[in-house]
Amino acid sequence: MANTKEVRKQIASIKSTQKITSAMEMVAASKMKKTQDTMLEGRPYSLKIKDVISHVALANSEYPHPFYEERKTKKSCFIVVASDKGLCGGLNINLFKQVIAKSAELNQKEIDSCFALIGTKASSFFKSVGGEVVAVAEKLGDKPNPDDLIGLTKVVLDLHKNNDIDQVYLCSNIFVNTMTQQPNVEQLIPLAPEEQNEEAPSQWDYIYEPEAKELLDGLLTRYIESLVYQAVIENNACEQAAKMIAMKNATDNAGDLIKELELLYNNVRQAAITQELSEIVGGASAV
Amino acid sequence: MSTIKINIVSSSEEIYSGEATMVFATGTLGELGIAPGHTPLLTGLAAGPVRVQNGSDEETFFCSGGFLEVQPDLVTVLSDTAERAESLDESEAIKAKEVAEQELANKDTSIDYAKASAQLAEAVARLKTIQKLRKKQ
Repeated sequence: MANTKEVRKQIASIKSTQKITSAMEMVAASKMKKTQDTMLEGRPYSLKIKDVISHVALANSEYPHPFYEERKTKKSCFIVVASDKGLCGGLNINLFKQVIAKSAELNQKEIDSCFALIGTKASSFFKSVGGEVVAVAEKLGDKPNPDDLIGLTKVVLDLHKNNDIDQVYLCSNIFVNTMTQQPNVEQLIPLAPEEQNEEAPSQWDYIYEPEAKELLDGLLTRYIESLVYQAVIENNACEQAAKMIAMKNATDNAGDLIKELELLYNNVRQAAITQELSEIVGGASAV
Repeated sequence: MSTIKINIVSSSEEIYSGEATMVFATGTLGELGIAPGHTPLLTGLAAGPVRVQNGSDEETFFCSGGFLEVQPDLVTVLSDTAERAESLDESEAIKAKEVAEQELANKDTSIDYAKASAQLAEAVARLKTIQKLRKKQ
């Protein structure tokens, strides 16, 4: 039977772990609020740019943009948005599972995949399983700057421009609520045409200043960038929420373990006393 | 007096939303004045002020570049938060590529699906076990 010293040591170590996890839970809870605010602050821009893009799609434009063009697909690029740090339950793993499943599905149709990765967890995962990685953005912090993502988006869009890739998918977690985060794989390019409203007159076009091509290129690039940025800040909010839940569970589990071990400790202590007593009684009767 | 709806947003926040009788902005090709009922227009914005007039009130915002869309009843200003230049984009792109190359030097480019699914399965199993343990307690 285990001795009391051993059990006491174990209890102490679990208690210190519990302290850490409960501190992390509190940190995550306070960060969660901030990341959710950031996520909400970013929404107006993405909504507005979406409005503009849908107007542009309706306009009878002189210049059909390559992002709308359906090409015969030979290769797809996945932009995978994951967290930089772990300890957030199944958040990243569930996402990677979807990405790998989608990639395998495309692979069967003889479509190759390449990856643009955001977050340390994504790059370390694809480092271990392989896969062609075209760009990486890491350590963006809790308040990512849109500038940090420009490079990565440009690499992907350049590949598309040069016909190296034909489809782009954005893979990230969607924040449903604090308890639920939904991994999601969404097609970015070709842009899905908006539902055509039959009655809408589509005979008008914008006045473009300067050139339509230049403007639409810039605007659509900005649109893709804003979608990627939005995905990153949303994923951040997901990460903190998932981390909070994971740490709360860890703290609860540590509490349960401590209770069990304390029971064991008392049993062991009692057994030792009983044994000692019986030895004394035995010794006395022998004399 | 007729008014036009105006929304000014940047990627990190909503800057202004309201009605205006006249909007002035600096387009890449020059100064613009937009009154209600303006014909649809799409233009780039140069760094400069965006002035929103509503009757006698006037508000001024600084915009460091971006896009401006005009619909007959709506003006949308998509402002960039940062100064942007083609050369800057290029250097950022090179940086992102370099990181990727460093991370994955000498790596096979085809995905090992078997390995990936095995790793994922293991991680999922571990999570499930933890959940089961939790339920039991």
